[in-house]
Amino acid sequence: MKKLKSLKTTTKVDFATYFGVIAAFIVVSLLKSGGFLNRSLTGMLVPICCYIVMAVSLNLTVGILGELSLGHAGFMSVGAFSGVIAAMSLQSAIPSGWVRLVVAIAAGAAFAALAGFIVGVPVLRLRGDYLAIVTLAFGEIIKELINCLLVGVDEKGLHMAFNISGTLTIDDLGMGPGGTAIIKGAQGATGTEKLASFGAGFILVMLTLVIVLNLVRSRTGRAVMAIRDNRIAAESIGVNVTKYKMIAFITSAALAGAAGALYGLNYSSLAASKFDFNTSILVLVYVVLGGLGNIWGSIIAAAVLYILPEALRQFSDYRMLVYAIVLILVMLATNNPTIKTFLGWKSKGKEAA
Amino acid sequence: MEFLSYLISGISLGSIYAIIALGYTMVYGIAKMLNFAHGDVIMIGGYVSLVAMTSLGLPPIAAVLLAMAVCTVLGILIEGLAYKPLRGAPSLAVLITAIGVSYFLQNAALQIWGANPRVYASVAPDTLKLFDGQLSIPYVSLLTVAACVVIMIALTLFTGKTKMGKAMRACSEDKGAAQLMGIDVNRTISMTFAIGSALAAVAGVLLCSYNSTLMPTTGSMPGIKAFTAAVFGGIGSIPGAFLGGLLLGVIEAMAKAYISMQLANSIVFAVLIIVLLVRPAGLLGKYVPEKV
Amino acid sequence: MMKKFFGILLALAMVLSLAACGGSGGDKTANDNPPASTDAPANNNAPADAPSGSASGTFKLGGVGPLTGDAAIYGNAAMNGAKIAVDEINALGSGVTFEFQAEDDVADGETSVNAYNTLMDWGMQVLVGPVTTGAAIAVSAEIYNDRVFALTPSASSTDVISGKDNMFQVCFTDPNQGVGSADYISQNMSGAKVGIIYRNDDAYSQGIRDTFVAEAGKVGLEIVSEGTFTKDTQSDFSVQLTDAKSKGADLIFLPTYYQPNAVILNQAKGMGYAPTFFGVDGMDGILTMENFDTSLAEGVMLLTPFSADAADERTKSFVAKYNELHGETPNQFAADGYDAVYIIYAALQAAGCTGDMSAEEICEAIVAVMPTISVDGLTGQGMTWAETGEVSKAPMAVVIKDGVYVTP
Repeated sequence: MKKLKSLKTTTKVDFATYFGVIAAFIVVSLLKSGGFLNRSLTGMLVPICCYIVMAVSLNLTVGILGELSLGHAGFMSVGAFSGVIAAMSLQSAIPSGWVRLVVAIAAGAAFAALAGFIVGVPVLRLRGDYLAIVTLAFGEIIKELINCLLVGVDEKGLHMAFNISGTLTIDDLGMGPGGTAIIKGAQGATGTEKLASFGAGFILVMLTLVIVLNLVRSRTGRAVMAIRDNRIAAESIGVNVTKYKMIAFITSAALAGAAGALYGLNYSSLAASKFDFNTSILVLVYVVLGGLGNIWGSIIAAAVLYILPEALRQFSDYRMLVYAIVLILVMLATNNPTIKTFLGWKSKGKEAA
Repeated sequence: MEFLSYLISGISLGSIYAIIALGYTMVYGIAKMLNFAHGDVIMIGGYVSLVAMTSLGLPPIAAVLLAMAVCTVLGILIEGLAYKPLRGAPSLAVLITAIGVSYFLQNAALQIWGANPRVYASVAPDTLKLFDGQLSIPYVSLLTVAACVVIMIALTLFTGKTKMGKAMRACSEDKGAAQLMGIDVNRTISMTFAIGSALAAVAGVLLCSYNSTLMPTTGSMPGIKAFTAAVFGGIGSIPGAFLGGLLLGVIEAMAKAYISMQLANSIVFAVLIIVLLVRPAGLLGKYVPEKV
Repeated sequence: MMKKFFGILLALAMVLSLAACGGSGGDKTANDNPPASTDAPANNNAPADAPSGSASGTFKLGGVGPLTGDAAIYGNAAMNGAKIAVDEINALGSGVTFEFQAEDDVADGETSVNAYNTLMDWGMQVLVGPVTTGAAIAVSAEIYNDRVFALTPSASSTDVISGKDNMFQVCFTDPNQGVGSADYISQNMSGAKVGIIYRNDDAYSQGIRDTFVAEAGKVGLEIVSEGTFTKDTQSDFSVQLTDAKSKGADLIFLPTYYQPNAVILNQAKGMGYAPTFFGVDGMDGILTMENFDTSLAEGVMLLTPFSADAADERTKSFVAKYNELHGETPNQFAADGYDAVYIIYAALQAAGCTGDMSAEEICEAIVAVMPTISVDGLTGQGMTWAETGEVSKAPMAVVIKDGVYVTP
């Protein structure tokens, strides 16, 4: 009976989350078509969708699986660049922008999943802060590898080179005269066609929610959470720890890749240095402030915290200072027992993992 | 001869990483938190010593002492205002707060000293020339290595012999039990932050002397590298931080010289990953088996 | 657990929505403001070098550049320079006045687009910026779609302007500088063994290096050593310098900004290695770094469009004003920003724009006249533009002697 009841609550929360996202999309779309949204907010809609997907997917690793990852931006990077390559190289083959966007997002997700698998095998054998530093290391390695990547396309197909010596340039790819450069090493992708739209972002967010919420509420999700709460106990009742950890980690990486592909196709230039440690931390801040394991919290935190520095533009030079202070104060306010009692928030005494 | 000069630059860079890593590792050992703001305390130490030397005209020794004093106070303040209220909170909450402090320090420095990089006059400007000038070693490298060794020995003695040091070790083993034995845990943690921050000031002076420039983001990358070094050697272990820092510096210099300048950082991180797979608690870290 | 987060987030959201409302409200009124009197007196007292024209009214000039973060120095310099030019033009009483607003983009494409959108909400008519290359490429796609005229002070990659008819540059393009440097070295220092140290995660540095190497191959310049570094490793060059030294390079080409260059000079001296150093426009500014030991830069050569030590009246007065307002000697970026505003002023005059025209109308009008005007600025005399947006001006090779630039 008790189990039934709790199930009901989670189902309710899930539906409220879906409903909230759909409602937000409808309201924002109406406001946008009515001309009530200023340009600055309109321009932020696609990146907000990307960061929501990033935050929800990182929450799967950090909140549900319980492993601290400091390299989530690396998967976004893999997704962004493979998405851009897919979209740009298929420019002549598939004229429809929407179809190419879907293909690009799928490609981004697939390559990020592959990267997630390669990273996951060694990483998930470690624990705690050691795991954290290794994810950080992988994020930096991915950044440097993409910095060495040269990709171009001509009528013969894709040309790629890996610029380890640092002396190759895009001209060394041996492309035909009609070829275009897609990724020029450290200069990144330039001249990308802008395919992303708010509608696509919304669909991706919904898709992410369906995937993550169904995963979490499934047998697999319960196994993953059992591992988080007590790995040894989970192992002792026959849960295959490695398998479930990998499922959660790869899903998380794939979703980050999809978000990256959408992000990459929203800007005409993109450099690997964008996806550094600071971007990983930014997304981690969304997850922690939204609440670990709390999916709709991640959504709201990502949207609010993305807009915050932009809304603070009136403080001009001081805005990042204000942002830092707000961040510290929010962490203190939400975690300090004295302040919590003072404000009347009584923590239920559990789930303080 | 090139090999020797690569080795020397690796060792001197590694010694700087080691000094920073010593601060990281002490704080981690006792407070069990990753203090991401540590790199920015280094930057503040650099600025304070620069102001002391240029605007106040103090001699380098006095500037270093002043920087240490300011950073010690800063470390205690940060600990008291931002971290102490979160004692017992989830470690991720503390981590995010540390990141907030890091952003705060960087942007405060940007407001105070501006974005323009400052030239930092080395505290030991000359160069030692050997083999008819074929091999040249900046004195600041020698100074860095010496400082690193002295600090490592001093810290080992401090934690091993003094009452405060023993209290620190007790806290790092078991805070609850330490408290029962009459150790003031909060004071011990503040003390650790004070020592760590003073070390950061020394590291700041040496780092800036080595780099000869200083800007508000100076501390962040060495901070991450030193964090890597601390994990490499086994986080929480003082000789581990020393060894990890040195190895990291040497690997970085050798990778740059003989493998690929493009991928030098990647090679460093790849070595770290391999080491952690073989020794999951770092080179000198204690592997604590989980109790069921 | 959920309740408290919800509470905090709700509170934040409310504060934000209030702030957002306030912002958009302000924008509305700004947009509704009637443009300043269009019947202002004609430009009788316009400076002699301004092209004759009939622009009038108040124009909203936006600026985008990194005002915080790693690259803050470039953005701040360019925006401060632009501000000085705006104040000068407003004080002229020529009938044209500017309102200027600078927004921060942290040298990041994403933030740059956000900054640009914020300026569009403000009612911007012409854009000065973005200052850095990556950000400029991202914004250039937006300004092309929106038909807003943009003039970047310092984003030098050809990708910034290619395919966009309404994006123009004040600075040289990267190929221009790489080819110019290689030609200069091969003509004046034939037989030099060249080492290159460049930053390979920076479009500016990599771009110049690529064209330099290509041109060096054509003119038969020998490159013996190449060293790279990244944003994360720009404080230690001992390995790169040792490599160049051991391979016998007697000239080091540095297509990088002056901060790493200062470190390179310092560390080379520490090693007892003294080749000729040859820089590009990013080297400018090295002499004005606080506490920099200028003896380190003795004999350094560079191609630069601007010298703060130039003896002409305009440079002197600009340097004096900049020094008074910001307490430092302006670098090349400040001069580029200053010139950008004067170029826009000249173009507005030539096209006869008025302050009540929309951003699109101004854009079409200026794009049409840009190839026809010629502007004298701090960074070049008689600057002209191709329709592609590329500037044509003569780079100047200088050598540093006793802490000042002299022409060799």
